[in-house]
Amino acid sequence: MTLMVTMTLNGESVSAEVEGRTLLVQLIRDHFRLTGTHVGCDTSQCGACVVHMNGQSVKSCTVLAVQADGAQVSTIESLAENGELHPMQQAFKDNHGLQCGFCTPGMVMSALDLVANNPDPSEAEIRDWLEGNLCRCTGYHNIVKSIAAGAQAMRS
Amino acid sequence: MDTGIGAAVTRKEDFRFLTGQGNYTDDIARPGQAHAVFVRSVVAHANLRAVNTEAASAMPGVVAVFTGDDLQGVGGVPCGFAPDGGPMNEPPRPVLAQGKVRFVGDMVAMVIAETAEQARDAAEAVDVDYDELPAVVSMEAAQAEGAPTIHDLDDNSCFSWGIGDAEATDAAFAKADHVTTLELVNNRKCPNAIEPRAAIGEYDPAHDSYTLYTTSQNPHVIRLLMGAFVLGIPEHKLRVVSPDVGGGFGSKIPHYPEEIAVTWAGKQVGRPVKWTAERTESFLSDTHGRDHITRVELACTSDGEFLGLRVHTQANMGAYLSTFGPLIPTYLYGTLLAGVYTTPAIRCEVDGVFTNTAPVDAERGAGRPEATFLLERVVETAARELGIDPVELRRRNFIASDAFPYQTPVIVQYDSGNYEQVLDRAAELADYAGFAQRREEAKSRGRLRGLGFAGYIEACGMAPSNIAGVIGARAGLFEAAQVRVHPTGSVSVYTGSHSHGQGHETTFAQVVSDRLGIPFENVDVVHGDTDQIPFGMGTYGSRSLAVGGSAICKALDKIIAKGKKIAAHALEAGESDIDFESGEFRVRGTDKSVGFGDIALSAYVPHNYPLEELEPGLDEGAFYDPTNFTFPAGCHICEVEVDPETGTTQIVNWNAVDDFGKIVNPMIVDGQVHGGIAHGVGQAMLENCAYDEDSGQLLSGSLTDYCIPRADDLPSFHIETTETPCPHNPLGVKGCGEAGAIAAPAALINAITDAIGVAHVDMPATPEKVWAALQSAQGE
Ligand code: FES
Ligand code: FES
Repeated sequence: MTLMVTMTLNGESVSAEVEGRTLLVQLIRDHFRLTGTHVGCDTSQCGACVVHMNGQSVKSCTVLAVQADGAQVSTIESLAENGELHPMQQAFKDNHGLQCGFCTPGMVMSALDLVANNPDPSEAEIRDWLEGNLCRCTGYHNIVKSIAAGAQAMRS
Repeated sequence: MDTGIGAAVTRKEDFRFLTGQGNYTDDIARPGQAHAVFVRSVVAHANLRAVNTEAASAMPGVVAVFTGDDLQGVGGVPCGFAPDGGPMNEPPRPVLAQGKVRFVGDMVAMVIAETAEQARDAAEAVDVDYDELPAVVSMEAAQAEGAPTIHDLDDNSCFSWGIGDAEATDAAFAKADHVTTLELVNNRKCPNAIEPRAAIGEYDPAHDSYTLYTTSQNPHVIRLLMGAFVLGIPEHKLRVVSPDVGGGFGSKIPHYPEEIAVTWAGKQVGRPVKWTAERTESFLSDTHGRDHITRVELACTSDGEFLGLRVHTQANMGAYLSTFGPLIPTYLYGTLLAGVYTTPAIRCEVDGVFTNTAPVDAERGAGRPEATFLLERVVETAARELGIDPVELRRRNFIASDAFPYQTPVIVQYDSGNYEQVLDRAAELADYAGFAQRREEAKSRGRLRGLGFAGYIEACGMAPSNIAGVIGARAGLFEAAQVRVHPTGSVSVYTGSHSHGQGHETTFAQVVSDRLGIPFENVDVVHGDTDQIPFGMGTYGSRSLAVGGSAICKALDKIIAKGKKIAAHALEAGESDIDFESGEFRVRGTDKSVGFGDIALSAYVPHNYPLEELEPGLDEGAFYDPTNFTFPAGCHICEVEVDPETGTTQIVNWNAVDDFGKIVNPMIVDGQVHGGIAHGVGQAMLENCAYDEDSGQLLSGSLTDYCIPRADDLPSFHIETTETPCPHNPLGVKGCGEAGAIAAPAALINAITDAIGVAHVDMPATPEKVWAALQSAQGE
C-alpha cells in the first residue's frame, strides 16, 4: 500500500507516493534526488542524515516519510544562495572542518540547530552537542573550531 | 593570497561537499539500475547443505537470485602479497560461498530486485540449510591441538615469517643486565569510514565493455585484480570509477567480492546492478585491522643502553586472505621495530593464523601502529623499571641526527631525521618540566594524573617496486601522472593517487601552480577514473604526495623542458640559455622573455614553431618509482586524568611534534594529524571488534555496540612540525596521513599506566579495565 506525502522541501511544495516504511532520508535521496543528505548507519548514531524539519534538526533516517507530511523540511542543498556559502558553511571551509565530506552535511545542519538555540556556544557545549554526529576523518578539532567561527560570523 | 607550496590554502573540493553536491557512489543512479542485497552467513563455520532460492525468486520485484553454483566459472578473490622466506597457505576465496561458510557475514547468495527494499525482503526468503561446524574464533583456539580446520589444510596456519638476526639477538640478551618483558594484545579494529562501501556494476553490450563504480582507494588496482585475476576482462574493456569516497582508512584498499558480484551480475541481468552496504554489513564484511598477540622483550644495560629486541607475534588473518592481509603483520611491521633507536640486534617472528572471523587487512597505519605500540610500551616500561627518566632513556638510545642514511638491523635504511629535536620540542610544548606540579594539583582534586610519551617512525611513500617484488608484493608500487596544459594555459592534472578526504585536488594544484607559476585557479586535479587516468596504484600508506606528487613533478619537468624548446625558438635563443621562473621563460642575462600561457598557445597553434624537431602540444605523462621509503617520525605526549572511583580516563592534554619533511599545505597536514590521533585514541580507549568465543558471532556489530570516538571523547590538540626534508624525492616530502594513529595508542596507554601506577592495561582501556587494574595494584 502506498501513501501520499506532501511537504515543503527547501521552500518548494512537493509530494510523492511512499510506502508506509519509507524513511524520510530515502524520500529525500531516492525520490527527490537530493543526495547531499547521507546515510552512514542503521542505528541512528552517525548523524550524516541530519536535516531540519519544522526548524529543528532531525535524523532523517529515524523519521518516516509519512511523519513529514505537511512539514517544512530543509536540507544542506538549501543553505548556499547564488553560489555564496552560508556563514556556517564558509566557516567549515575556512577552518578545514571537513575532509572526506561525508559527515559534513549532517554536521552543518546540526551546528545550525545548536547555534539557533545557543548563539555563542563554548567548546565544551559544541562537543557535547555533537554527541549525535560522528566524523571519522577530522578528530573533531577543526569541526569544533568551525562551529565556533560559524556561530561568531552569524552573530555579527 | 599565497597559494604556493607551504601555504595553508583552503580546499577546492570543499564547495561541492559543503553544498551537498559531492558525488559518492551511493549518490549515483544509473538508468535502469536494479538493486542487489547479499544473503550473508549467520553462522561462523558450516557446510552448506542447501541454499534454496525458489521462494525468494518468486517475491515481488525480484530480477534474479544467484548462489555460489552460478559463479562456478568465476575466479576467486585474489591475494596480492605473499611474504618471502617461506610458504604461505593461500586457500581459495569464492565470491559466493561454495559448499562452506567461514565467518559470520560470508556471502551465500545475491538477490537482485527492482528496489533495494524488494531485494531485502526477498533476501529474507532465501532458505539456507547450515550444517554447523565448531568455530575457531581466537588464535589460541585456532592453533590448539586438534582444532577444527577452516580450510582444506592440515591446520589453521597461514605463514610463519621472521626478520632479523636471531643469533645476534640471543647473544645480546645473554649479556644484558636487564630485560623488560611485556605481553600485549593489539586489539582488532573496524575502520568504519562513515561512508559505507557501495558498488554499481554494468555491462555495455554495444562495446562489450564493463563499468564498475566502487568506493575504492585504488581503482586501477581493482581493475587489475578483478579484470585479470577474476573475471578475465581485459583492461580496455573494463572501466573502474571511484568517485568521491567518504573516507577509507585502509578498509577501501582491498578488492572485495561484492565488486565482482555486481560486475558479473550486471551482464547476467542486462542492467546496472547497485549495492550499498548497511552499517551492520560494514561491520561484518569490511576488512578489520590489527588483532595481534605479542610477547616483546627488550634487553638493556643497567644504564639503559638498548642491546637487543625480541618479538614474537601471532597475527589474525581472519577466515580468508584479503588483498594485502599478509603484508601488514610482516613487512609493514617487523621492519619498523628499530623505531628511532640504535638497538643493534632485533629478531621478530610472526605467525599468521586463520580464524572464523572477518578477513584482516590494513587499517590506518597498518603494521606500524602495532610496531610502535609494542616498542614504545616496552621502552617506557624499561624506563620505569630502571628508574631512568623516559625522556633521558630515549635520548640515550636515539639514532643521532648525523647518522643518516641509517641502516637498521631489520632491512630498512632511514633517509633523514632528527629525533632529539622532535622530542625536545614536544617536551617543551607539553611543559614536561611542570608535570610533577600538575600531578600534585590533580591529586588534591582526587584525580590521578599521568603522562605518556610515544616516539615513532613509519615507513611511508610505498614503495620501490623492485624491493616490493623481492619481499613478496605481486604489484609495482610506483605512481603515474599526466599533466595536460590546455591551449590557453590552464592545466588538468590526472593522478593515479585517490583522494577520499586527503584534499589532493588542493595540494596537488598548489604544487602545479607553484612549479609552473600559474594561478592556482587555473589547475584542476582529476582522479578516480581508470578511463581518464593513464595508470595508478592509489592512496594508502601515506604515499600520495611522496609518490603521486613526485610523478606529477616529473611530468612537470617534462612540460618545462618542452616549454624551453618552444621558447628558445620563439626568442631566437639557444635552448640551454633559457631559464624558467615564475611562469616566464627568459633568455639568461637578457630582458627577453615569454610567458607560460603564450608558450602553451603556440604549442597548440604552432605557426611559429620548430615543427621539424618538435611535436605540437603540451601534454606530458610520467611514472615515478621511488628509490626508498620515506621515514616520517615524531613524538606525541599525552596527559590524562583518571578518576579512581570510576576508572574513567580524561585526556587533558595532547601535544605532538611531527617531522613530515617539507609540507605543501600545513592546514591539511594538521587535519591529517588530528584525524590520525582520533583513530589511535579510539583504539586505545574505546574500540574493539569483539567476537563471541564459542559461536563466532560479532558482538560489536553496530555503532551502538562499537564505540568510535565522539567529539566529547577528545580534547583539542597542540601540534607542531619540524622539517628534515626527504632527500630522495623532488618535493622533499615524507607523508603525514597515519602518524597520529601510529603514535597515539602507546602515548595514551603509557599515560594511563603512569597515572595509576601499573605495568600494563590492555586496549581498549575502558573505565572497567582501568578501575580493575587500579584495584589490583592497590591490593598489592
Ligand atoms: S544515517 Fe546514521 S544517524 Fe541517520
Ligand atoms: S569528514 Fe569524513 S567523516 Fe567527517
